[in-house]
Amino acid sequence: MGVGRRMKKQGAPEPLDEAHFTNLKRKAGMSVTESRAESQQYVKKRRTNGSDSKPARKDKKEKTNGKAKGFTNSMALPSQKSALKKSKKPEAVPLPLSDEEDEDSDAADFMNDEFDDLSIEGEEGGLGDGDDFLESGSEVYDSEDDHAHKAMFSEDEDESDAEEKLTAANIAGLTRKLDEQMAEQEADAQAELEEAALQTNIAGDRPHILSDDESDEEGVKTNALLAPDLQLLRTRINDTVRVLDEFSKLAEEGRSRAEYTAQLLKDICVYYGYSPYLAEKLFNLFPPKEAFAFFEANETPRPVVIRTNTLKTHRRDLAQALINRGVTLEPVGKWSKIGLQIFESPVPLGATPEYLAGHYILQAASSFLPVMALAPQEHERVLDMASAPGGKTTHIAALMKNTGCIFANDSNKSRSKGLIGNIHRLGAKNTIVCNYDAREFPKVIGGFDRVLLDAPCSGTGVIAKDASVKTNKTERDFLMLPHLQKQLLLAAIDSVDHASKTGGYVVYSTCSVTVEENEGVVQYALSKRPNVKLVETGLVFGKEGFTAYMGKSFDKSMKMTRRYYPHAYNVDGFFVSKFKKTGPSPTGAAATVKVDAGDEEVVDKRPVPETEEEAEDEFGGFDDAEDEVYIEKGKKNLMRKKGIDPKASKGDASKKKVNGKERSSKAK
Amino acid sequence: MRPLTETETQTLFAKLANYTGNSLKNLIAPLDNGPNADRYVFRLHQSRCYYVRLSLANLATSISRDKLLSLGTCLGKFTKTGKFRLHITALPILSEHARYKVWVKANGEMPFLYGGHIVKAHVGRWSEDCPEHQGVVVYSMNDTPLGFGVTARSTGEARRLDPTGITCFRQADCGEYLRDEDSLFATS
Repeated sequence: MGVGRRMKKQGAPEPLDEAHFTNLKRKAGMSVTESRAESQQYVKKRRTNGSDSKPARKDKKEKTNGKAKGFTNSMALPSQKSALKKSKKPEAVPLPLSDEEDEDSDAADFMNDEFDDLSIEGEEGGLGDGDDFLESGSEVYDSEDDHAHKAMFSEDEDESDAEEKLTAANIAGLTRKLDEQMAEQEADAQAELEEAALQTNIAGDRPHILSDDESDEEGVKTNALLAPDLQLLRTRINDTVRVLDEFSKLAEEGRSRAEYTAQLLKDICVYYGYSPYLAEKLFNLFPPKEAFAFFEANETPRPVVIRTNTLKTHRRDLAQALINRGVTLEPVGKWSKIGLQIFESPVPLGATPEYLAGHYILQAASSFLPVMALAPQEHERVLDMASAPGGKTTHIAALMKNTGCIFANDSNKSRSKGLIGNIHRLGAKNTIVCNYDAREFPKVIGGFDRVLLDAPCSGTGVIAKDASVKTNKTERDFLMLPHLQKQLLLAAIDSVDHASKTGGYVVYSTCSVTVEENEGVVQYALSKRPNVKLVETGLVFGKEGFTAYMGKSFDKSMKMTRRYYPHAYNVDGFFVSKFKKTGPSPTGAAATVKVDAGDEEVVDKRPVPETEEEAEDEFGGFDDAEDEVYIEKGKKNLMRKKGIDPKASKGDASKKKVNGKERSSKAK
Repeated sequence: MRPLTETETQTLFAKLANYTGNSLKNLIAPLDNGPNADRYVFRLHQSRCYYVRLSLANLATSISRDKLLSLGTCLGKFTKTGKFRLHITALPILSEHARYKVWVKANGEMPFLYGGHIVKAHVGRWSEDCPEHQGVVVYSMNDTPLGFGVTARSTGEARRLDPTGITCFRQADCGEYLRDEDSLFATS
């Protein structure tokens, strides 16, 4: 690949359409000399390093070709060849356009199939495809005039086809990006080698990480005075993670896992600047290695993504317009037909004429997910309970093609200005913007076909965006927020019309990764509202929600919820769950805490009559032994309801039982 | 939220007719030929006028007055003196029914979006026989509506103008979404 790219750059100037690509061309022209030098350097580096990465890339290529079964093979190989020959033979060999389209759409299909493991591999494969397309595409369009270019983006073409070409047209920027990436990888690999060498030195004996007690205290003292040595800290974190991964092999004698974990947490707090409480909370979500990756990912920003407003334009048109402004971009992934990922932009993206005309909106990739899960249909009535700043609301409007009705609610009036602005800018005509506390909702208006609740949350998934979360979230927040979220979710469920022919769905999402705000809330809703059940979100990627966490067990169907992590998918940390409402909420459910109809045994919560002795006279004495059984059963039920396994904490339960016995005997 | 009064309707329609000409009646025509077809209506809420589907307006009645912030498309607002002022949010409706149009070249887009009037050098194309002081909708060369304004000269006169002469006074442009976000949608 590397050689091929170099040849391309040295070959004839890119034969893209003059009128539309002047900007791009200038840019590409400028980068030729730079990139040549760069690539030569790069090749040198490669030679010295040995051709390690090369066969790997080839492998991938072959894999993709092989899976595409023939047609890609037959296309890709000639185009590669032509790429090599190009410098000698610049005249165009027009390919039949229809054939190419066919092949492209097939390739796109195949990409969709393979998409599930949304890895870097796939992305690189995509880029590689783009390379090929540059060659074949440019040669096709070389000999033709402006009209040919228009035809390239005409309506009737397959969408993905055009996108591939856009990528191709954009390749000058992308290749540079890729070069940088490769260089970075190289550096990483080098660093890793060194590290490995270091580690092999240590590996014989077990790494000494935990200091002795007295020196530890001293260390803390000195640390408090001096700035912490970050390099040292990092290596120690690395070592601790390694030890925790293979504890039996690498741990020092007489040291417990808890000691290592405590040390690691302390280091993480210092190194990344988390509050100890939050660091522990986040650390407990993952195995040590993954947790480290998570903390690391929170330090790097997520890619800038824009969403095409399909009410006003098409993605390929928008991409073309932005490329003409010198923006480098590519489709965000095979899972979205409307997202574009921006690599670099010489113009502010929030002030281009296209932006002002409402052709796109800046929106994180993760924010696409809840709306995709909601899947609103045309002519439905939809409620967005916490809608500001309107990214998701306008997405819903676009999916509904401006039919039906959307209630966009936000409790914060000052935020609703941006919401109304975005709604108008993007041309959503079917929205009603209101300013209620969302908990009032079934009373204001109910009977919705779908409800989206993107709940206010602690924001532990978007630490990369807002680092203040690291320190300003306390234990209290993690009690208050879930409480609010539970109320909101019940209100959302009650607002849905279960008899809706097309819908009856609620989507609950947060930009947080903690269990309290996600699975905990969902579990609460499931136990409080037996008339809802979890259903598949319809999202093609994401990790399954937890069914058990730290001694709490959740419903089996929690597997159908989806979690997203920054280190796994390079999107913000996110949680998406989808409910289907099957029956009406019981009357008065919104007002009072309802007795759970799902359980067989209904716990009687009526107060004990005050005149107990009289009651005793009337009904005769209590049978203690019999009561004991019922009390026991009731307690187990209660624990199960709270998500605690009654068998797990037997000692505790027995203690309670003793208490209960005493109390009952006293009452007697 | 209420329907417009007679005088308000007149003021509004006079203003709109300046841009749309005769196609104004298409604005309020039923959407299909059915017996109870949906149609677009005008609704006044906190001195702002909204252009909205009737079915949507009926649904919005369940929202109390102080909690309702916006519905459908906002056209503009009635001033305290009873005049009507179109906002940039009315652009989709105006552009759909526009009679006279001005296309600005790519180099004229940004000056216009930053609030400048349109000078002759930036005009790429212009509807023929447009009179003076006539409402026009401004497009970019690829037919994206950018804003609207009134002509400073008739088409004939403008031909004799020097390149820096103003041909069209800006009334509203898309840049206001960023510049005037606070005042544009302030509802109280």
